[in-house]
Order: sequence, then C-alpha cells, then structure tokens
Amino acid sequence: MTHDARPLNVQEIDVFTDTREVLAHANKGAKQRGFQDWLICDVDAHHVETVSWHELVEYIEDPVIRHQAMLYQKERIGGAPYGLNGDMGLKYQDVGGRIPHQAGVREPVDDTSVHRDVTLTRRAMQSLGVDYMVLFPTPMLTLGLHPQPEMEVHLSRAYNRWLVDKVLKADNRIKTLAYLPFNTPTEAEAMIEEFADEPGVIGFCVPSVRHKPLHHNDYMRCYARLQELGKPIAFHAAYHWQDPSLATVNRFLGMHALGFAWCNMVHMTNWILNGIPERFPGLKSIWVESGLAWIPFLMQRLDDQYLMRPSEAPQLKKLPSEYMRENCWYTTQPMETTNMKALQVTLEMINAESQLLFASDWPHFDFDLPQEIFDLPFLSEQAKRNILGLNAAKLFGLDPTPVKTL
Amino acid sequence: MTEFRIGPADQIPEGGRLVVDCDGKEVGVFRVKGALHAWHNTCPHRQGPICQGRLYAQVIEPVAADGTTRLLAYDEDAQHIVCPWHGYEFDLQTGRCQGRPTQRLRPAQLREEAGIVYVRP
Repeated sequence: MTHDARPLNVQEIDVFTDTREVLAHANKGAKQRGFQDWLICDVDAHHVETVSWHELVEYIEDPVIRHQAMLYQKERIGGAPYGLNGDMGLKYQDVGGRIPHQAGVREPVDDTSVHRDVTLTRRAMQSLGVDYMVLFPTPMLTLGLHPQPEMEVHLSRAYNRWLVDKVLKADNRIKTLAYLPFNTPTEAEAMIEEFADEPGVIGFCVPSVRHKPLHHNDYMRCYARLQELGKPIAFHAAYHWQDPSLATVNRFLGMHALGFAWCNMVHMTNWILNGIPERFPGLKSIWVESGLAWIPFLMQRLDDQYLMRPSEAPQLKKLPSEYMRENCWYTTQPMETTNMKALQVTLEMINAESQLLFASDWPHFDFDLPQEIFDLPFLSEQAKRNILGLNAAKLFGLDPTPVKTL
Repeated sequence: MTEFRIGPADQIPEGGRLVVDCDGKEVGVFRVKGALHAWHNTCPHRQGPICQGRLYAQVIEPVAADGTTRLLAYDEDAQHIVCPWHGYEFDLQTGRCQGRPTQRLRPAQLREEAGIVYVRP
C-alpha cells in the first residue's frame, strides 16, 4: 500500500518560526506522557527584555534619567540599550546560528490585546505542557556588575514595574521573582516592600554575578524581611567572561560551563560558612540555572574542609552538606545527563524529592523539557510529580491543581 | 509496513532536503554528494526536530606540524545536520553524532523507482 507523504510546513527552522512549530515535538511528548493531569511549574524561563527597552525606560522613576533614557532609545543608533552594562557582542550562545531560538524569537504575533511577551510565553507554556512559568530577564542578569549602583536600582525598579504592568497582570499563569538591586541594600529592602504583594510576584531574585558578598551585614534586614514574608530568594546564575578567574578560557563553551556554576558555588560557600541558614532558618533560598553536578562536589569539599577547621565556621551546627540539602532548593536546568549514575547520586544527595524544582530555561540553547524528569528511570512517580510541580507549589504557595489545557 | 511516496527525486537538489509527515511519522530526505539519505525527524538526544535543523559542513581546526593552530575551517566533505533544539550535530551520510558516534540518527527505508522517491518510516 502506498500513500502520499505530506511536506511539513516548516522545512528549516529559523528565528521567524513560530514557537509552537519549534516545540511541536515537545507538545506531542507532553500529550503522550499524560501531562494534562500533572502540575508542571517551570521555575526558570526567560524573555528578552531589551526588545521592549523603549517601553521599559518610561518606567524609570528618576525624571532626569528617564528623560535621558527615552531620548537615547529614540535617537541613538549603534549602541546597546540605555544604561545596560554587559558584554556587548560576546553573545555566542546560538553556536553560530545553529540554534535559532537562542538567537531570536522573532515570529509573527498578531494579537495586540496583550503584550507580545505574554503571547510568546503562552506559546511556550502550551508547547511544553507547563501550568505556571516563572519569567526572568536576560541581559539584565549582569546588572550586578554595573559601575553605577544607582543604575542597577533605576533599571531594576523600572523592569519590575513594567513587567507587572505589561506582562504579569495579563496572565496569572505567568510569574516572576522580582529583581533585587543588591548593590544598594536599602533599595533592595524598598523593592521587597513595593512588590511583595504585586500580582504574579512569588519571590525575589538576586542575579548571581556580582562582587559584594551575600553574607555582608547590610543584607540581614532583607533576609529577615523575606523570612517574615515567607517569600523565597533566588540566586540566578549567569556568565561573566570578564571574571578574572575565567581570563584564560577562550572557548565560549568552557566559559559558559564554568561561569554558570562558579558564581553560585562562590555564593553558596559564603552562604553556608557564614551561617545564613542558622541565622534565618525559615528563609528559603533557590539556586537557579547552575545545573546540578556542582552540588555533590561542593557538599563533599565543604564537609571535608569544615571538619578540619570548624573554628572558622562557628555558627554551623551540622555539616555544610546538611544545610545544602535541608535549607536550599535547586532548579534542574541544565541537568547534566551523560552519566545517569552520577545524576542519580546527585538527586539522592540533594533530597530531590523535596528540594528540586523543574526549570526549562526556554528559550535558551540548553533548555530542558519536563519529560527529562518524567523519563528518569530511577525516580518514583511521586518524586517526579514533586520535582515537576508540587515542590514549587508548596514553596511558592501555588494551587497544585493543573490549570493548563494541552 | 505502509510505503509513502515522497515525490520526484529531482525535486531534492544537491544540498537540499524534503521533510515530510507520513501519517504521524516524520522523515527527512536529504541529497548529499548525489545520493539520497532518509532519517527520522527525531533527535536521539531529546527528540528534537533534527531534520528541520540547519546544514553545516563540519568545523575542523587544522594543527600544524609544530603543534600550533591558527584558523578554523570547514570540512566540505563532511556535511552535518544540526538539531535546532540543542545543537547536536550528525553526519548526514552516516547519521553519527559528532563526539559520540554510538549515538546515531534513525534511518528510514528509502527507494527510488522511475524517478520517484518512496520511504518506509
């Protein structure tokens, strides 16, 4: 018997291909696995906020800076977005055009009733089978290195206000962890007060590439307030090629592999050894986008060293690894899977059944799908359900009933 | 097993492709060095739409006799298809994954008769 084959609408995926076409196989996989009945929370996904920078600068509080920024966005050519630091053209994530969705999500969007980012996020949620998606910015993740601390405050407050106004209010399935400008602790405290009750704000985020240590006394009021509010604090990793510790690394893949883990390894070391979990036992910290393989290494390393030098970490009442397992939460992506035995041990060491949160990191080049968790052969169904959504529902106080329609 | 008619062989030129749906199974047919190759449109990494990815010649880095390197180059003899989801690269002729040759694309049976191409997915 011979039938005619039907050519696919999209022969070659590019930056203009609809997200639903790019992720068509993901949607099929979600349906095959019965995800309609599973709560799936994606705790780390992104949009490219600089596409909307001309809108965002209108939310800058300072009237002079706002005026400058609006004129800059209107008139200047050949420059980066107003006020934004970063690494300009060193953005090789798309591997020379091989991974188009990383280079740009430039597909047509006809619906003008909501912001374009709402539509794009809905398309991603629909395709991946996600109930709730936590949205983070992208280029702003290096604002912690800005030479003007006040600019981190201006831009992060403008971003938070713009995001609530244009995106979060439009769809209660889209959430965020609002940006805290941690180089100015009093402003970070003010940001907590301003946004804690805003729709869609389920916690707060500190981008991890920065040089001020998280254990500085200036931050204790922030931690106390977040503990009081029951709002988690996330440390979202990024790469920072100008970091002197990476100065000899010439390949993007090497820099990216190390940089995204390194910033959180340093912060976690300080977090634990300075006894932050002892001082704020109810404070929930989430360690985002560093993958998982770094955690067993750091647990063992810190445990071994701590037992030989306990006088240097006098606040600790148990092993560093125990704090990392009991007081910290982790997002899955980019989940290292080339050695499944190592992954299994990792998940056991971090008590993944209660501490691990699924994250896709869509639309970045190393994004993960919910089925990566579903297909793991060594987890119970309850553990999979917890990781994919129930742990996040508990942590953020979300209704655990699935709300999506696949 | 049902056979599916892809169409005239000459509609797939050198370096070209046709990705089709065969009652729910997707297959990509490619022409490389004159020959047709058919692969399932499922990346063995994470089931991404491998056949809808971009084509690149394999990147190499020639090493001089003294052990130094200077420029990258394309090896035009080795045509790769790159998964648009995560960048996994596969040789279009052998289906082997760069860096992990045991991981391969799944072939689809292909035949050509009277200038018409057929596949059995």
